[in-house]
Amino acid sequence: MSYRLFLFVAIIVALIAGASVASAQIAIEIDRGYDNPKKIAIVPFAMGANLQGVEDMSAIVSFDLARSGQFAPVGAENMLSLPSQPNEVFFRDWRILGVEYLVIGRAEQDFDGKLSVNYYLYDVLNERQLTSERLKGDRNSARDMAHMVSDAIYEKITGIRGAFSTKILYVLAAGLGTPGVHFKLEMADVDGARPRTLLDSKEPILSVTWSPDAKRAVYVSFEKGKPAIFLQEIATGGRTLLTDFPGLNSAPAFSPDGRRLALVLSRDGNPEIYTMDLATRALVRVTRHHAIDTEPTWTADGRSLIFTSDRGGKPQIYKVDLASGLTERVTFEGDYNARARLLPDGKHIVFVHRRNGVFHIALLDMERDRMMILTETSLDESPSIAPNGTMLIYATQDRGRGILAVVSIDGRVKYRLPSSAGDVREPDWSPFLRPPAG
Amino acid sequence: MQYAWSRNALAIVLAGLVLAGCSSTGKKEPAPEPLPAEDAAAGTIPSPAPESDISRQVDAAGNPMNPNTGQPLGRVFYFDYDKAVLRPESFALLELHGAFLRSNPDRRVMIEGHCDERGTREYNLALGERRADAIRTLLVSSGVRRSQIDSVSYGEERPVDAGHGEAAWAKNRRGELVYR
Repeated sequence: MSYRLFLFVAIIVALIAGASVASAQIAIEIDRGYDNPKKIAIVPFAMGANLQGVEDMSAIVSFDLARSGQFAPVGAENMLSLPSQPNEVFFRDWRILGVEYLVIGRAEQDFDGKLSVNYYLYDVLNERQLTSERLKGDRNSARDMAHMVSDAIYEKITGIRGAFSTKILYVLAAGLGTPGVHFKLEMADVDGARPRTLLDSKEPILSVTWSPDAKRAVYVSFEKGKPAIFLQEIATGGRTLLTDFPGLNSAPAFSPDGRRLALVLSRDGNPEIYTMDLATRALVRVTRHHAIDTEPTWTADGRSLIFTSDRGGKPQIYKVDLASGLTERVTFEGDYNARARLLPDGKHIVFVHRRNGVFHIALLDMERDRMMILTETSLDESPSIAPNGTMLIYATQDRGRGILAVVSIDGRVKYRLPSSAGDVREPDWSPFLRPPAG
Repeated sequence: MQYAWSRNALAIVLAGLVLAGCSSTGKKEPAPEPLPAEDAAAGTIPSPAPESDISRQVDAAGNPMNPNTGQPLGRVFYFDYDKAVLRPESFALLELHGAFLRSNPDRRVMIEGHCDERGTREYNLALGERRADAIRTLLVSSGVRRSQIDSVSYGEERPVDAGHGEAAWAKNRRGELVYR
C-alpha cells in the first residue's frame, strides 16, 4: 500500500527574511503516504498607493501554511485570475485547479498613515465565505499582520489555534573550538525571520527558557566563569542573577504560573533538583539521591516535575510528585532517555532517545506506554513544543554544523530552518504571544 | 620519605575504591590498579631527594614539571564515554600533581570537567562535574588541601576539537587542571 512508500514532496518556498538575510530557502519534506495536504490559493494581496517597501504579506501567509505541512499553497503563476475583493471571485477558476480554499486580500494606507489589511477566506467547493477580517497596524508590522492572518486561516480550517505569530529563543555559537568563540542568545520569529541578539558573551549560554507570559527568559550563562542562572526581561534587556552557588546552577524551568522555578544545584555535592519561589528566592529541595538528577520540567497542574536521572544506572525519565516526593519511572525502552518536555495535552512527552548509538527525538504516550521516534537524523536534541502542540523545534546537525529543525508531532512533516553562520542550538518555542482570536 | 609514599599508596587504593564505588553503571569496571602507580612513582625517582625540591619545579607558565622526565606535567585526563571513572594511567600523573600541590600550599588549581557532544547538554553538565569530582577526590585523598582546589563543569560547551566522530569525542571527554 501507498502508506509504506515514503513519498516525499519537497516544497521550496522563498523566505523573505529581515534586513540581514536577503532571502533563504527552506525545503519542507512532507510524507504524503498518509494524507494529502489541503490545496490552498493565497492570491497576492492588492497593494494600495504609498505602500512601497511594505512586505508581501500573501507570500508570508503562503510560507506559514506550507510549513505546517497541512497545506499546499498554489503558486501565483498558476492562478487563472487574481481577485482582491469578493466581487472578483469566480469559484470555477479555483475548482479547475483543484483548490479547496481561497484567500484574497488587499492592503491600504489609512488616512492616519497606518497599514490596514482586509482579507477573505473561501471554501471553494461549497462556494462559501468562511471568514473575513480587517487588521490594522504600523507600516513596519506587515509581517506580524501576515502571521495573524495565517493564525486565523489555520484555525478556521483545522480547528486548531495557529502558532505562526510565536517566536523562538536559541543560542548561536560562533567560532566553536577556537579561542575567539562567542555565544549569542537570539530571538527570532518562528520561521527564522527577524533575528535579534539579546545577549552576546564569550562564555557558553544554554538551557534558554521562556517564561509562561513570554515577557522574560531564564538561562544558564558561564559569564562568571561557572554556570549561573540569569533572568532577563525580553523588552528591556534588564538582567537578574538568580543563583550562583558553588557547583552547578542549571536547567531552569518556569512553573506554569510563572511564580516558581525548577532548577538544578550541586551545592550540597551532587546534582539535585530544587524549586525556587521567585518572589522570596526561597529554595526547596525536591530530589535526594546520589545519582545525577537534572532537566526538570513541570506538569501543567504545577504539582509534579518530570526529570532525568541516572539512578537506575543509565539516564531515564522520572516523575516526582512535589507534595509527597513520590517518584516513578516514566521511560523504560532504551538505555538513554533524557530532557523531556510535556505536550499541552499532558499525556505525551517528547525527549531525547538513543537507539543504536544515535540520538533521536521520540514521543511517548504515557498512558498507553507507546513510543514513536520522530526524527531520524543524528545528535538530535533539545526538543521544544509549539504552544498549540502540533510541531516541535529541535537542534540537530547538518554537515557538522548545528542547525534547528522542526518536525510535526506525528513525525510526518519536517523542515530545517536556515542559518547563516555558526552553530545554532538550544531552541525554545515561545508561548502564544497574543490572546486567542474571537 | 618511605612513610610518605606508603601513605600515598594507601590513598590511591582508597581513591580507587571510592571511585569504583561511584561508578554510575552497575557493570564491572576495570578496577583502577594502584600498584603500577606506586611502582611508577616509587621506582622512577632516581634519588631520595626531599619531596619539596622535586615537587617545586615549574615551567615558564608556572605549571608543574614532571620530576621524572623534566617535561611539563600532563594536565589533561581522558575519560571513557558516559563514564566519570579515572583511567588507570591517570593515577600516577595525578599523584605527581598531588605532590606538587602539597609542596606548594600557596598554589591553587581549577579542575575543569568536559564531555563530548553526545547526549543532552544538561546531563553532560552534570557528567562533567562528576569527572571533575573524580579528579578532586583523588587529589584530596593524596593530601592536597580542599582550599587549594576549585572545580567547574563545562559539559559539552567547550570542546577542544569541534569535529564530530570518535577521534574528536575522545579528545573532548576530559578533565583539565588549570593552575593559578
